[in-house]
Amino acid sequence: MTAPRRRALTRWLPLAPATVLLLLFLAGPVVWCVGIAFTDTRLTGQASASWVGLANFRHAFADENFRNAVVLTLVFTVLSSLVGQNTLGFALAALMRHASRPVRAVTGTIVIAAWVVPEIVAGFLLYTFFHRRGTLNAILEALHLPTQNWLFTLPILAVSFANVWRGTAFSMLVYSAALDGIPQDVTEAALVDGATGLRRFRHITLPMLRRTIGTNLMLNTLQTLSVFGLIWSMTRGGPAHRSETLPVFMYDQAFLKSLIGYGTAVALLLLLVGGLFSAVYLRLLREE
Amino acid sequence: MRTSSPARTAAPTRPVTRVLLAAALTAAALAGPLTACGAPGGDPDTVRVVYQRSTDNKYRILDDYLTGVKRQFEREHPGRRMELVPVQAAQDDYAVKVQQMMRSPRTAPDLVREDTSLIDSDVASGYLRPLDDKLAGWQDWKRYLPAAKALVTAEDGRTYGVPDGTDTRGLWFNKEIFARAGLPADWQPRTWDDVLAAARAVRERVPGVIPFHLYTGKGPGEAAAMQGFEMLLYGTGRDPLYDPARKKWLTGRQGLVDALEFVRTVYSEKLGPDPTDALDPNVSTRVTAEWLPKGKLAIALDGNWLGKNWQPDGSRPWPAWSRVLGRAAFPTQHGAAPGRVSLSGGWAWAVAARSRKADLAWQVVETLQTRSNALDWTVRDGQIAVRDDVAADARYRTYVPGIDFFTGLVAVTRHRPALPVYPQVSSALQEAMEEVATGDAAPARAARDYDEELRSFADTAGDGR
Repeated sequence: MTAPRRRALTRWLPLAPATVLLLLFLAGPVVWCVGIAFTDTRLTGQASASWVGLANFRHAFADENFRNAVVLTLVFTVLSSLVGQNTLGFALAALMRHASRPVRAVTGTIVIAAWVVPEIVAGFLLYTFFHRRGTLNAILEALHLPTQNWLFTLPILAVSFANVWRGTAFSMLVYSAALDGIPQDVTEAALVDGATGLRRFRHITLPMLRRTIGTNLMLNTLQTLSVFGLIWSMTRGGPAHRSETLPVFMYDQAFLKSLIGYGTAVALLLLLVGGLFSAVYLRLLREE
Repeated sequence: MRTSSPARTAAPTRPVTRVLLAAALTAAALAGPLTACGAPGGDPDTVRVVYQRSTDNKYRILDDYLTGVKRQFEREHPGRRMELVPVQAAQDDYAVKVQQMMRSPRTAPDLVREDTSLIDSDVASGYLRPLDDKLAGWQDWKRYLPAAKALVTAEDGRTYGVPDGTDTRGLWFNKEIFARAGLPADWQPRTWDDVLAAARAVRERVPGVIPFHLYTGKGPGEAAAMQGFEMLLYGTGRDPLYDPARKKWLTGRQGLVDALEFVRTVYSEKLGPDPTDALDPNVSTRVTAEWLPKGKLAIALDGNWLGKNWQPDGSRPWPAWSRVLGRAAFPTQHGAAPGRVSLSGGWAWAVAARSRKADLAWQVVETLQTRSNALDWTVRDGQIAVRDDVAADARYRTYVPGIDFFTGLVAVTRHRPALPVYPQVSSALQEAMEEVATGDAAPARAARDYDEELRSFADTAGDGR
C-alpha cells in the first residue's frame, strides 16, 4: 500500500457513510425505476408484472396525449423558466441595485414571500387569482378591459405565469449576488472610457455573469421541468389536456389509470429531456 | 452520530475492508430509524382499520361512527385495540393510497373500507383475502340482499367483502324554479329529450339559474363516469360497456356517441354550469352546499344521499329542502323498458391479503355489521339498506324524506362492470366527456378516442349496434 493511495483512501473515509446512504436510498430506487419502465406493472388489476421490453416507450411515442404533454412541457419551461423567471429575476436584481433602501426591502420581501410559501398554497392562491370570477378578472373589469376565462381557455399560460410568480425570487437572489461580485474598478474604468450603459452591459456585465447565467438557467430549468403540485392544484392538467405537462401526464397514467410501468417509462423520458437541457447549458458554460 | 475512528490511528492491514465495514455499520446505524417500523403488521393485538375521511371538514359522519364502534369493540374484546387510520383525500387519491399500502406486508392495513367497484381489480392484484370461510359461520350473512352480495363477489366466484350500504341515483329538481318555468311539480321525464326540454324551459324563463347539472370530466372523477355518463349509457342498451357473455369490452357503439352527444348538447346550449365550474374537482360540494340550497340549480342528476346533508343533523342543514325539491327517475334514451335508469355502487369492509391479523379483522367486521350498527350506519350516512332486516325497520323507512323513492330504484338498478381494467375504462370515459364538454372534440371523434384507448388495455369486441 503506497502512501498516496493510503492518503486517498483516508480522504474517502469521511465520505463513505454518505456514499453508502446515497447508493442505498437514491441509486437503488433509481435503478429499480429504470427496471420497472420495461415492465407492464400496474397498481391494481394484475397478478404479476411481466417484462415487455420497449413496448412502453413505443406506446409513448404513438400516444397523442404524450406528444401533447411534451409540447406543453417545452412551452411551460421556455415561457416560465427561460423567459420569465430568468429575465424578470435579472431585471429585478439590476433595478434594485439602484433603488433606495426601503424600496429594495419591500420589493425583496414580496418577491421572496412568493417563493417561500408552500407550493400547494401558491397553487390555491393563483387558482383564485386566475379563476373566472377571481381577482384578475375583477381588476380587469374595474379597468373596463375584456376579461378572460384564464384557467379554461389558456390554462398553460396561467400556470406559466403562476410559476414565474413563484420562482422569480431564486433568480433574483442569484443575480443580486453575482452583480455585487463585479469589481467596481472595472465599471469605473469603463465609465472613464465613456462607455454608455448599454455598452457597459454588453461588454462588462454579461461576460462577467456568463457562468452565473448558465448555472441559474440549468437549476431553473430542472426545477420547472418537475413542477407538479402547482399545476395539479390549479388545473389538474385540464381542461381536456390543455395544461397537461409531463409530470402531470405521468401521475395520471401511473396512479389514475394505474399503469405504473408506462408512467415510469414517461418519467425516464422526462429525465432525458432534463439531461438534454443540462448538456446544452454545460456546453455554454465551457466555452471560455 | 458517532462514526468509526479514523483509519490513521492504527496502520490497518486491509484498509479497504475496514473502511467498507465502517461505512456499512454507519449506514446501518443511520438507516435504522428509517426502517424501524418494527415487525410487519405491528402489535398482534391491534387491528388497523383504513378508511376515507372526507375533504369536507364539516363531514365527519364515518369518523364519528367508527369512533363509537371502536369503543364498543374494545369493551367487548378486552386487551384488543382498534386503530383508526383515516386517509383524508378525494376518492381517486384514496384508492391509490390504499392500493400502495396493501402492496407490502409492512404497510398493509388489516381492515379496509373498499369501494366495491375496485374489488375485482384489487383481487386480481392479490390485495384482498377471500372471506367465504368466515361468512360460512356468520348468521347475519343470509340477511344481505342478493344485489348487495353481487357487489362483493369477484370474477372467481368468491366473496371479498361485507357491504355496508348501497346507493341509487336519479334526478333532483327544484319545484319553485319549475313553477316559474311553467313546469309541473310532479315532473317525470320519459326520454332524454324530455330532460333537455325542461332544461331549455328553465334557461328561457328563469335567467340566472343553472338549468341542469351532471358530473363531467376528470375533476369529479368516478362521479362523472358513473353518476354522469353511465346513467346515460345504461339507458341506451342492456350491456353498453361490457358484454358478459363474450367477456369483451365493447367498441364502436352508437350508444356511446349518443350519450356524448347529450353531454355536448348540455354544454353547447348552455344548459349546464359554466364548464370551468363543472370540471372543478370540488363541484359536488358546491351542488350540495351552494347550488341546490340557494336555488341556483334547477335539475341535478345525483345520488340518494343528498337529502341527508340537509337534515337538521346533517352537514349543511336546510329546513325547507323536502318541500322545495322533487325527485324523478332518470329516463332511458327513448323511453324503452324498464323506462328508468339507476346505477348503484357502495362500499364494503374487506380484509387485506397481506394482513397478519385476518381473524381479528373479521371480529371487527362482525362488530361493525351487527344489526343495530348496520341500521345506525345506514341511517347516519343516508344510504340504501343492503340487509332485509334493516330495510324493514321503521327507523330506516322514515329516516329521510324520499327514502322510499330511492329504495324503489333498487329494482331497476345496475352495477358497473367492476373488472380489473374498470379504473382505466372509467378514466377514458371521463376524458371523452371532457373533450366534448370543452368543445375540443365532436362526439364521434371522442368516441373513437375512447375506443382506441380501450384497445390499448382491454380485450375488446367491435360491436356497432
